[in-house]
Amino acid sequence: MSNHAHSESLELRVQFDTAEQQRDASTLGMWLFLVTEVMFFGGMFAAYTVYRNLYPEVFAICSSSLNAVLGAVNTCVLLLSSFTMVMAVRAGQLGQQKAIIWFLILTLLFGGIFLGVKAVEWKEKFDEHHIPGQAAFHLEGLQQADQGHAQLFFSLYFAMTGLHALHMVIGAGILLGLILHAKQGRYSASYYTPVDVAGLYWHFVDVIWIFLFPLLYLIDRHLGK
Amino acid sequence: MSAPHSETHVDSVGTYVKVLLALMFCTVLTTWVAYIDLGAFSTVIALSIASVKMLLVAMFFMHVRHSSKLTKLVVVGALMWLGILLVLTMTDFVTRNM
Repeated sequence: MSNHAHSESLELRVQFDTAEQQRDASTLGMWLFLVTEVMFFGGMFAAYTVYRNLYPEVFAICSSSLNAVLGAVNTCVLLLSSFTMVMAVRAGQLGQQKAIIWFLILTLLFGGIFLGVKAVEWKEKFDEHHIPGQAAFHLEGLQQADQGHAQLFFSLYFAMTGLHALHMVIGAGILLGLILHAKQGRYSASYYTPVDVAGLYWHFVDVIWIFLFPLLYLIDRHLGK
Repeated sequence: MSAPHSETHVDSVGTYVKVLLALMFCTVLTTWVAYIDLGAFSTVIALSIASVKMLLVAMFFMHVRHSSKLTKLVVVGALMWLGILLVLTMTDFVTRNM
């Protein structure tokens, strides 16, 4: 290794003593960002907790109007994308440049399928007049007085799944950038930090969905039967 | 070509496949159990399964088990702040006279 004070490289910028120190700093920085993201989504989970606590029966009936099987399948698609993402990071650790590209493309593909299914689900809500704020809003099986509370559920549903989907779209953009850079041979066993920290982001978005799925789709499903 | 850093822990493909299968099993389990009447326990079980899935993703996919103590502290800190947000909000709402 040449003296790093004179030759700067991707894996060792001048402000760091060692490559390990630089990697730890990147990881820590990403995790700190994720803490702010936890709090960002946390506000919505708090709002959800408050209103579900106030109108438990209405929330259960609204939840049962969502397609749980489609939600479960989509959860598996997202988990699969997290698997391919971590495989891309592993390929980075081992310096397998071709494998990085292919696993990133697979991750992008599964992420795209997830968003496609989500779009189908949202379209269904429009067809069923389950859009909060719509004059024609009506949820079957609820009295007129409860329709407003049902709109609250769907406001939270669209806000939470919408914000989650926005994170997925941003993630897809990041993946595209990574794929382009990986094709240029930018990543190796000694430098794959962007793949690593993008992986942290992608898995975080997965974790948010892991909580959204049971909280939105699976409230007291037995009532519907 | 430089070898992977000695500090970098490379997990086997088998480990990741097992974690993925466990995550998918948990997804099927939480969907199935939602159709059974367990009263208030339904929510507890749903959140417990989700927490197990979160732990699996964080520990294995996000490499927390190989991370530095400082990173682990930040992860725990995130959960602590979230806990404060949720608990203090609910202490307000459940003690109101509405």
